[in-house]
Amino acid sequence: MIRPHTLLAVIAALAGGAIPASAERLISSLSTHQVLVGSNFAGTELVLFGSIERDAATVPRRGGYDIVVSVTGPHETMVVRRKNRVFGIWTNAQSYTFDRTPSYLAVLSNKPLDAIAPAATLRRLEIGFDSIALAQSASALGLSPPNEFREALLRLRKERGLYREDPAAVTFLTPTLFRASIVIPPESQIGNYEVDVKLFADGVSIARTSSALEIVKVGLEQFIVSAARDHSFLYGIATLMMALMTGWFASIVFRRD
Amino acid sequence: MQIYLPIADIPVNVLVVLAMGLTVGFISGMFGVGGGFLMTPLLIFIGVPPAVAVASVTSHIAASSFSGAISYWRRRALDSLLAAVLLSGGLVGTLAGVWLFTKLRSLDMLDLMIGLSYVSLLSIVGGLMVFESVRAIVRSLHGQPAVPRRPGSHSWFHGLPLKMRFKVSRIYVSAIPVALIGFVIGFIGAIMGIGGGFLLVPMLIYFLRVPTSTVIGTSTVLTLVTMAAATVLHAMTNHLVDALLALILMIGGVTGAQFGARAGQRMSAERLRLLLGMMVLTVGFRFALDFLIEPQELFSLRIVGAGG
Repeated sequence: MIRPHTLLAVIAALAGGAIPASAERLISSLSTHQVLVGSNFAGTELVLFGSIERDAATVPRRGGYDIVVSVTGPHETMVVRRKNRVFGIWTNAQSYTFDRTPSYLAVLSNKPLDAIAPAATLRRLEIGFDSIALAQSASALGLSPPNEFREALLRLRKERGLYREDPAAVTFLTPTLFRASIVIPPESQIGNYEVDVKLFADGVSIARTSSALEIVKVGLEQFIVSAARDHSFLYGIATLMMALMTGWFASIVFRRD
Repeated sequence: MQIYLPIADIPVNVLVVLAMGLTVGFISGMFGVGGGFLMTPLLIFIGVPPAVAVASVTSHIAASSFSGAISYWRRRALDSLLAAVLLSGGLVGTLAGVWLFTKLRSLDMLDLMIGLSYVSLLSIVGGLMVFESVRAIVRSLHGQPAVPRRPGSHSWFHGLPLKMRFKVSRIYVSAIPVALIGFVIGFIGAIMGIGGGFLLVPMLIYFLRVPTSTVIGTSTVLTLVTMAAATVLHAMTNHLVDALLALILMIGGVTGAQFGARAGQRMSAERLRLLLGMMVLTVGFRFALDFLIEPQELFSLRIVGAGG
């Protein structure tokens, strides 16, 4: 997935930019800004390249640089249900609704988060799963969801690769040039994804940059979804016609008399 | 060979789904049933949401019953008038079934109800089939002839008004129980994603005394029209029909059915019924296990809509 021209673009941007301030600047570029989901979509991997710009006036950083990349997918309303034994059968008994919850969240860094910045800083910057407050709306009983529901949400999303915390996903190619791999699993929601890159030095966030990527359904995939939603009657008739054609075709092919 | 299902929103292996279609098609051809009662559960077991499974299988059954109906039509082995009266109830049943389906879905009880319906219906029907066929097989092993049905025996509904003469089937019964049977099949079919052939054929034989020469052809017509209506209604109300999934199932299904039909002709009716009964029981049992055994993962997550 490493595209040489992307790398070149980053380097060109690096060389061409005039830098007025003495602080570091962060430049990043995604290998693609659009992920197309077709019928054969089985997930994909994107690469983010970034460069830390500094000039002669920039103060030297003793501890070196750290990078945290947060990728946040479209916010959705999610329901977490818990099965209980009711009248002898296991069935969904309790449920809690989580409003405006990211459907996708990847926190990628070059080392474990707690080695990059103190917990208080991470929480203030809303970095990492521990810091993200999962909003929750009124539950069945009007209570806020117990911790086990929150943990279940995180666990279920992590199992599908939709929530990911990877302290080894960012690698430094040179002390100021880095790359991060962003994995998009097959079940990712379509929509706009926000890619936020933060630069840390000595436990302090000193620069940030953000970009966006979009996941869209295309081709047959897109056609079926929009037809089913927007032209449901015609879609139903078309599906039925397809069924009748298949049945009719079979009766001709396999005709035995 | 992975393929992403647009409506079910999950990736599946095409070959697995195709193989399922072929297998279920083979079984349905062998026993002369639609196979929905196997197909819907199998889809649920591989992870297709139950509601999508039900809605998509309806179109699959429409395809397989259409090829069946054509061949019965060619042989004139169906009773059009009987089919029409059955359909008058059947279509109302389908409407009511889709309505309840939508209602249960909004109450978040659909998956539970689909599961419970499968457990209860399949265990009762499967149990009866196994019991009946074992009794018949034992009887024939003892050299006793099968008990002939008394053609003149009357049930309570023979006293009902609106009597009609169905010439092709040579029966004279009230239209009320006929339409009622149609209603029940249409209703159950729309909710459970089954054609209902395995229920309808015994009902027509035992209650209405429809002769074997027309019973399967007539039941196929009812299955075809109710499933066709259910496909369109499910597409319109719940937007849950996955055309891509349905297409793969159909191709496998209609092909498998042809080979199944040939295999079925080499077996005795009683043995076929025993085998089918055991299969029905197994699926029911598998569903029951989900309810009875403590699941490994108690929690489940569903995205219910964009939160902005």
